[in-house]
Amino acid sequence: MSGASAYGSVLALAAGLGVLPVATESNVLLNFLVFMLIVSVAATGWNLLGGYGGQFSFGHAAFFGTGAYGMAILQERAGLNAWAALPIAIALGAAVGAFIGALAFRARLRGSYFALVTLAFAEVLRILANVLPITGGAAGILIRLRVDPWHFQFADQRVLYWVALGFLAGALLLVRAIERARFGAWLVAVRENEDAARALGVDALAVKIAAITLSAAITAAAGCLYAQKFLYLDAAIAYGPWISVEALLAPVIGGAGTVFGPVLGAVVLLGLGELTKAWIGDLTGGAVPGVDLVLFGVLLILCVAFAPRGIIGLLFRLRVWARWARS
Amino acid sequence: MGTLLTVEDVTVRFGGLVAVDHASFTVADGTITGLIGPNGAGKTTLFAVVSGFLAPQRGRIVFAGADVTREPVHVRARLGIARTFQIVQPFVGLSVRENIAVGAYLRHRDRAEALAEADRVARRVGLDRLLHLPASALTVAGRKRLELARALATRPRLLLLDEVLAGLNPSEIRDVLPVIRAIRDDGVTILMVEHVMQAVMSLCQHVHVLAQGRLIAQGTPTEIARDPRVVEAYLGQGAAQRLVSGASGHG
Repeated sequence: MSGASAYGSVLALAAGLGVLPVATESNVLLNFLVFMLIVSVAATGWNLLGGYGGQFSFGHAAFFGTGAYGMAILQERAGLNAWAALPIAIALGAAVGAFIGALAFRARLRGSYFALVTLAFAEVLRILANVLPITGGAAGILIRLRVDPWHFQFADQRVLYWVALGFLAGALLLVRAIERARFGAWLVAVRENEDAARALGVDALAVKIAAITLSAAITAAAGCLYAQKFLYLDAAIAYGPWISVEALLAPVIGGAGTVFGPVLGAVVLLGLGELTKAWIGDLTGGAVPGVDLVLFGVLLILCVAFAPRGIIGLLFRLRVWARWARS
Repeated sequence: MGTLLTVEDVTVRFGGLVAVDHASFTVADGTITGLIGPNGAGKTTLFAVVSGFLAPQRGRIVFAGADVTREPVHVRARLGIARTFQIVQPFVGLSVRENIAVGAYLRHRDRAEALAEADRVARRVGLDRLLHLPASALTVAGRKRLELARALATRPRLLLLDEVLAGLNPSEIRDVLPVIRAIRDDGVTILMVEHVMQAVMSLCQHVHVLAQGRLIAQGTPTEIARDPRVVEAYLGQGAAQRLVSGASGHG
């Protein structure tokens, strides 16, 4: 793929998604779309470490929550402007990533051991956030309602949508740039075979720590968006396993280690989740909580069994088959 | 001709097993040096020590005048020590070209330069027609060449070849021998572990023989082939004696 088309496809996707709000005024739909973008950004962060680097984290909530709480605390406790708080909150998320990475990778944790350690860190942070005064404890923390672009709060949902889309486009461009850089080649080499990569001069430890730091920064940015959209956080939201699961499932279902996999996965995952909830609701005459989680489980099993490289991998395989059938 | 690599009094133990026992030898700059010995002699262990994958219990590794015993694998690669693996370790999810480019990135930060270098190296080892295949689609011979290509792409001064000819048929071996010789002629010093004696005889200027972790002999290939200690290491105690007496008996 040439340089222009590699980045052009990201910009084309952003432009396509950018005109969506023109077609709808529905706040319900816009809410859903903004949420989908937030999950896409978080999943894009996971994808950098998990998809390209092969280090499966079960605890990206640690980064998401740090970004979200950073945003809320810096504004409410330190009196910072929201836009000034944003880069600091992202940096805090990155720092948590670097810390966990330095500990886990230096201890040579891989595979399920690494996954468990990340899960444990996220849970520790969740429990701490639930009791510490600075996070508002179990009562949570509210960001004051000040509807003004200066405070990163918008009267028109569509503006927030476009801001979130800007975040996603930035994250995707970053991942694309990494994919085409030496760092990306080294990261994939570490995923494929760490010993072989080291023999070729790759400092595997440094590469993995850099990857988890960037990954955490992207997912923390998603947390910042979340805080500004809902203006309320508690420990179960910010550091809850739900975001770890969605940040992981979206790339795995969409296609881990591809630029667009996380976005496609988030669309499929959340879209089908909403449809199922509505459909079961109609069928039984009332909401059935958790039915979307059942669906997520089924999707994951189907993916692992039939599309180990996600939907994008499946499409790619179908294209190869089609070409083969024609010839 | 200077000395590029010095292995000095290296000992490696795995629990009670002494895999390498006070091994010392040198590799002269610009040569192809062979390291041979029966199975389990400690050749691959010694390779792992030189490339940095294993820390020896004692002894040191001096490369180009600098003590590298404590340097990690990737630093040694940057200094110019490259290795291939006896059990090939391709990046199976990547194409042949991308595989080689990982090595090329060590000396080229830029993507276009690294890919161009990968193409050049592929031509040198005869993989240029297979550049866009996934590495998983290569035959055994192809994978061995890929190991060689990736290591070469790091622009090494010393290339450690761990049985690159094992598993190849005679015609494939015949094809690879000139490739290895050409690498040496380009100024890369080669240390090779090899079981294919025909290759050792034709390629190496100097051979070290390892048996049960100890270096038991060294010399030119012809000297080594006549050394009774070497014959015994391979065929068992008294074998040299029996061979000689058998030969005279029939003569």
